[in-house]
This record gives sequence, C-alpha cells and structure tokens, in this order.
Amino acid sequence: MKPSGNILFTGVGGQGILLASELTAHAQLAAGFDVKKSEVHGMAQRGGSVEAHLRYGEKVYSPLIDPGTADILVAFEILEAARYLPYLHKDSAVVVNTQKILPPAVALGKAEYPANILDELRSRQINVVVIDALAVAQEAGELLTVNVAMVGAMSNFLAVDQEIFLQVIDTTVKEQFRRVNKKAFLAGRAAVHA
Amino acid sequence: MAEELQEQLWLSGNEAIALGAWEAGVRVASGYPGTPSTEIMENLAGYEGVYTEWAPNEKAGLEVAIGASFAGARALATMKHVGLNVAADPLFTSAYTGVRGGLVIITADDPEMHSSQNEQDNRNYAFAAKMPMLEPSDPAEARSMLQRAYSLSEELDTPVLLRTTTRIAHVKGVVPRGERQQTPEPSIEKTPAKLVMLPGLAKLRRLAMEERMAKMRELAETLPENRIEPGEGRRGFICAGVAYNYVKEAFPKAPVLKLGMVWPLPERKIREFAASVDELMVVEELDPFLETHIKAMGIACHGKDLIPSRGELNSFLVRKAIDPASVGELFKPLELPMRPPNMCAGCPHRGIFYGLSKMKDVFVSGDIGCYTLGFLPPLSAIDACVCMGASITVAHGMAKALGENGTGKVVAVLGDSTFMHSGITGLLNAVYNGSYASVIILDNRTTAMTGHQPNPASGKGIHGDVAPQLDLEKLCQALGVPRVVVVNPHDVEATREVLKEEIASPDLSVIISRAPCVLLPEEARRKKPVYYTKTENCTGCTLCVQMGCPAISWTPLGPEEAVARGYREKQKGFARITELQCNGCGQCAAVCKFEAITRYEEEGA
Repeated sequence: MKPSGNILFTGVGGQGILLASELTAHAQLAAGFDVKKSEVHGMAQRGGSVEAHLRYGEKVYSPLIDPGTADILVAFEILEAARYLPYLHKDSAVVVNTQKILPPAVALGKAEYPANILDELRSRQINVVVIDALAVAQEAGELLTVNVAMVGAMSNFLAVDQEIFLQVIDTTVKEQFRRVNKKAFLAGRAAVHA
Repeated sequence: MAEELQEQLWLSGNEAIALGAWEAGVRVASGYPGTPSTEIMENLAGYEGVYTEWAPNEKAGLEVAIGASFAGARALATMKHVGLNVAADPLFTSAYTGVRGGLVIITADDPEMHSSQNEQDNRNYAFAAKMPMLEPSDPAEARSMLQRAYSLSEELDTPVLLRTTTRIAHVKGVVPRGERQQTPEPSIEKTPAKLVMLPGLAKLRRLAMEERMAKMRELAETLPENRIEPGEGRRGFICAGVAYNYVKEAFPKAPVLKLGMVWPLPERKIREFAASVDELMVVEELDPFLETHIKAMGIACHGKDLIPSRGELNSFLVRKAIDPASVGELFKPLELPMRPPNMCAGCPHRGIFYGLSKMKDVFVSGDIGCYTLGFLPPLSAIDACVCMGASITVAHGMAKALGENGTGKVVAVLGDSTFMHSGITGLLNAVYNGSYASVIILDNRTTAMTGHQPNPASGKGIHGDVAPQLDLEKLCQALGVPRVVVVNPHDVEATREVLKEEIASPDLSVIISRAPCVLLPEEARRKKPVYYTKTENCTGCTLCVQMGCPAISWTPLGPEEAVARGYREKQKGFARITELQCNGCGQCAAVCKFEAITRYEEEGA
C-alpha cells in the first residue's frame, strides 16, 4: 500500500463534493491512515469553483495539497478538471465526470466552453479517466448519488478494500439512502478501470 | 485502529473548538456568524449545559461574554477577523477589568480572503490590547488549547485570544475526546475597583496590566505549547499556527521552535533556539508579526525578505522561498473561463439588482453579504462595499458631499442581518442629519451567506425556537424615516417603479425588499412552479440573460443556424432555462416580452 497520497476533489458549488471527500476520508481513516482534509465555506460556495483537499499517510501535517503533488484529481465537471492542471504531476490520475456546467461568461455568450479540454491533460501524459456519473447515478435510481458514483470510480485508484467503503456508507449515510448509495458506489467503481 | 477511532473523533477545527469549549466547562457563548468562525457556535449550540446565542454583532457578543465572565462563568465569544474590529472597544478595556470566570475570544482570520473583504492579521490585536494569544496548528490542538486558554485566563486574570485561520477552522482531522470540566456556580460578586473603568480606577488597573504582562512573559518560557523540536542541520525555524505544518513538510528534519502562544513571546527560549542554529528562519502567514518582535530582541533572522506577506502559504511556497533550487517545474495553468460565485437561481436579491442595473447614473453603496455578488456582471450594480453596515453611512456621506447634485442618485443596499449588525445606527444618523440617500433593506429573513443563521428579524433563535421578531417597518418609522415602502422583489415591474420613485425622492426613503432566501429549508421544500423556455418564441433580445440567473444560458447562433431554426437571419442566438436548476421565482418570465418563458402549471390553464 502506498504510504501516503493526495486526493484533490474539484467541481462546482452544490455538486456534493464535500460529502464525496468526507466518505473518502472515513475510508482512509478506517484503513489505518492519518488524514487531513481542507475545505472552503462561505462566499466560495455560491455556484463557484469548489475544491476539497484530502491528504493521507502515516502522519499528515499540511492540510493543503501542494501544486504538482495531487496523485488523484476527482473532478465533478470537465472545466474544473482542466483548471487544476498545476496541481497535477505526470503520474497523476484524473477521474472526471463528463458533465458540463456553463460558467457565467459562457452562459452569457461572452466566452466559449473550451472544446476537447481534457486533451490538454492527456497530451501531458496524464491518465484521464472519464465517467458519465450523472448516468450512473440515474441508473442507480437517484440523481443525487453522482458524488458517491464519483467516489466509486476514484476508489479503483486506491489500495483500500471496497468493503471498507461500503461499511463507511453504512456508518455515515442515513439508513433510507444506504442502499442506493452503495449501488451508486459499486456502479461507479465498475464504470471505469484504473 | 477501529477501537482507537471510537475515542478519536473526526472534526473540523471549528467543531474541535466547540468540543474544547464544552469540555472546559463554558456556560455562556455569544457570537455573530462570519466565515470562517460560524460553525463554532453552531456546534456548541448542540451541547448540553451551555447557553449559546447569535448576537446582532460582535461587539454585543463580546460584551455578553464579558458579563458572563463577571458573573463567574466561563464564557466564549466567537467572530471572524473583521468582527474583532467591531468588538475592539470592549476588547481593549476588558484587558483592564480582567475576568472572573475565564473568558476566551476566538478570532478566525481569513488569509487569502476566501470569504472576506480584507486579510488583516489579528495577532496585532494581542500586542495592542496586551492580551495573551494562542494559535493552534490543527483541529486536535484547537481543542486542547481551549483548556489552556481558560486556565491561563483565570490564572492571569485576563481575557485570552485564540486565533485560527481558514486552514485550521475548515480543516478536518483526528481529535481526541475528553470529559467536561466542573466549574464553579456563577454568582454576584461586587468588585467595583476592578470593574468600573473610571480614569482613577483604570489607572490602577493599567499598573496591574503591566504586572500581568511580566507574569505572562515569564509563563511563556515554560508553556508546553511553546516547544523546541530538535533536528538536524544549521538552519532553524520559528513558526506558529498553520505555518508550522508547512515547515514540517518542507523541511522535515530541521530544528523547529513551535510557538503555541504567539503573544507574549518567550524571549529566553527564542534566544536559546537562535543560538543553537546558524541561520534562523521565521515562517508565518501575512504580517511579519513574530519576525518584528524577534528582531526587536536584537536577534537576526530571515522572514518576509523571503516568505510572501500576502495570501496563504503552503509547503511548496515555503520550500520555494527558502530553497528555490529544490522546487521542480509545474504544469502551467490553462486559459479558462473563470467560475466566480453567483447569486442563486431564484434569489430575491436579483429583482432589486436588476432594477438598479437599469439606473446607470445611480451610485449603489453596497454592503457585506450574498448580495455583494450583485457587483458581478451582467448586473454590475454595486459601486462600493467597505465593511458591515457601511452602505448607509457611505451613501449619506456621498449625499452630503454631492449636495443637491446628488439628489436621486445615491442609494444604499444591505441585507437584514447586516442592517441589524451595524446599519441601524447609520440609518439613525441619516435621519437625524437629513439625508436624501435611499436605503434598500434586502429582507430575506436570514443570514444567508454564512449558512442561514437566524437573526432578530427571523423570529427564530439559535435552536430554531420561536423568538421575538423585529418589525423592520416599525423600527424605521420609530427612527423617523419619512418614507418606508415594502416591495416583493420577484415582482420586477413593481420593484422597478418603486426604485425609480423612491430613489428620486428628495426625502430619505427606506425600501424593504421582502422575500425569503430560496435556500432556507422551508423554501427549498416548498413546491414551486418550474419555468421553461418556448425557444421558438425567443427573439434573442437577451433581457432574461441580462439578469444573470445561473439557470438561464445563451446559445449563440450563426446566420445559417438561425434560419435553420426558424429565426430571423440576424438573430444572434437564443436563451434557454435549465429546468433542473430553476427555483421558480418567475423574474425572467416577467421581463420576457415575447412569451418565450412559461410556467409548467400554466399549460392548459
């Protein structure tokens, strides 16, 4: 098992990034790691770019991932994957949801949503794995499980047993939502390969 | 690990502070919401045996805590960094009176200004107010430092400041749990010579403060939170707070003097550490606070000559500043459209700012809250924003400077919570001194930006219990405001008419824009109509797009595409509602002149 690692979650305010990072943190804790996670609340949340930094290892000091050191980027939106390029290194894995949410300048017709932006990452030899998490969540029976489907997809890149994730869902998610969340997790996990 | 985890909690810095305060036996806590401090009070409210409240502002909150301390209870006041400016008046004099029950004041600073109007470094307050300040490096330390802060407060007879920053407050980590400490029952005890700060008595307390400072400095030398971590190499680091973590990761083997108390400083310990290394580095975020005071001791050190003095640090920046050669190349950022925060779909504020955006010659004096986002394009309807409550006073000052030339051209905009925080005195001033500036109070019944804390106009207390509800109209009338009008901001036509008439009026006018925040749980649950676009009717006039609703997007078209879709050749595109995001406010439907926006339930009606 890799002794330490950095997982960066990015997306748009309201996509459920905090819960996704929370589930992952609990799984890493259960796997025996020290974990620190950093979030930003307040002004930054209102539909703006949102990020959560998760770091695990034997002993973690800094709550922030340094530029150039994110091992896994879990991006809930395509632009929000490309935006964090300076955080990546050549061996990073990027799990990206194919959803596009138009930023204000694009919605107003003042700018264009960049086409094929993920190729910019691929051209730097970064391993980019795409998932239609919205479709996976819909298939699982609940659109709101997009974030858990993303955690499932990301889990392929961690040496943490899937049972640990399923147990974490049991202990952190309200009873009536456990089944659908586990289904979304497993579907997300099956949808991509490391 | 599983057994260990049962005793170890996974908490944010703010949750850890609430836990630490509860364990320290805190009985009374008061605060005003402000990022990144808000969750402290929200969490503390969930513990038994602690009275918690939201105060209308930080000054009131700190004074409540001071009162509880005078009654012998351990007390807590919480606020963000700029909140301590508001509370600075009681802060400075509470250093004179000292405490009875321990008193801890949390200042949550926001380097990088994630959600603030400035990034002042509140360690300077500890120096200026002659008060000890502790600064934790992570959530676990935040919890344990609460214990230390209360024992120091009572031992030294002084309030104690505890400073966090965003990367402590909103960082989650593993935190141990303890028992709640028993503290003495509160009682009345009269000690006027200590508590009545008339000049004659204050002069005596001033002497007591000097003695206390000397005692504090001595205590700092042996405080376990100020510790030397031996290491290898001739380069040593002095650091505190979150910067300690960055140093530990950037230079894991180096000797470190970690200061858990950032004021006053342990001079002998610093000298001892400095003498043990060839090169001394002081690594701190924002101001050269430690550096300045260490240099004043006559000790040579590096600090802000290398380390950035603005924004947050991280291990990379620390390494780069000190050992530039050790840092590799990064991937360059791509040129991408920005994604700033935006007012929500269905936000009632949009109706007001849409109206104001059409009044190009009016100066809009804004304030602090979600509605500051009215500044952003396409509405671009805020021209100034300084601090909480400043909208009214700034507008009044402009009106007095402009004289008659400014009649009908100056308006203040602020939210209900901000109005109660520090807008009421500004309005009183404007009435008393005969202003013509208009005031718009965006009454959405909550403190929205910080996550919906109730306020005196919500009719709810901190636990969601029923509380007296401030009647804003009656308050304005009692202050003597000549004109008070209430509008529903979702009715954009009526709102524009009211704005035109009231802003033009030579008399002071208060417009209360009343509609609840769409994110309030009861609003989110309420079944609302969903609007959709009949794109075939869209003429591409962009009126709805100009409202800047995140649920509305514009699809550009070339002449051929336009014709293929049955539009005029000249039509540049069409607008569309993303129904999943629509909150059903209907403001866009009201501005559309071509029946291109319709409610679902209106079909067939």
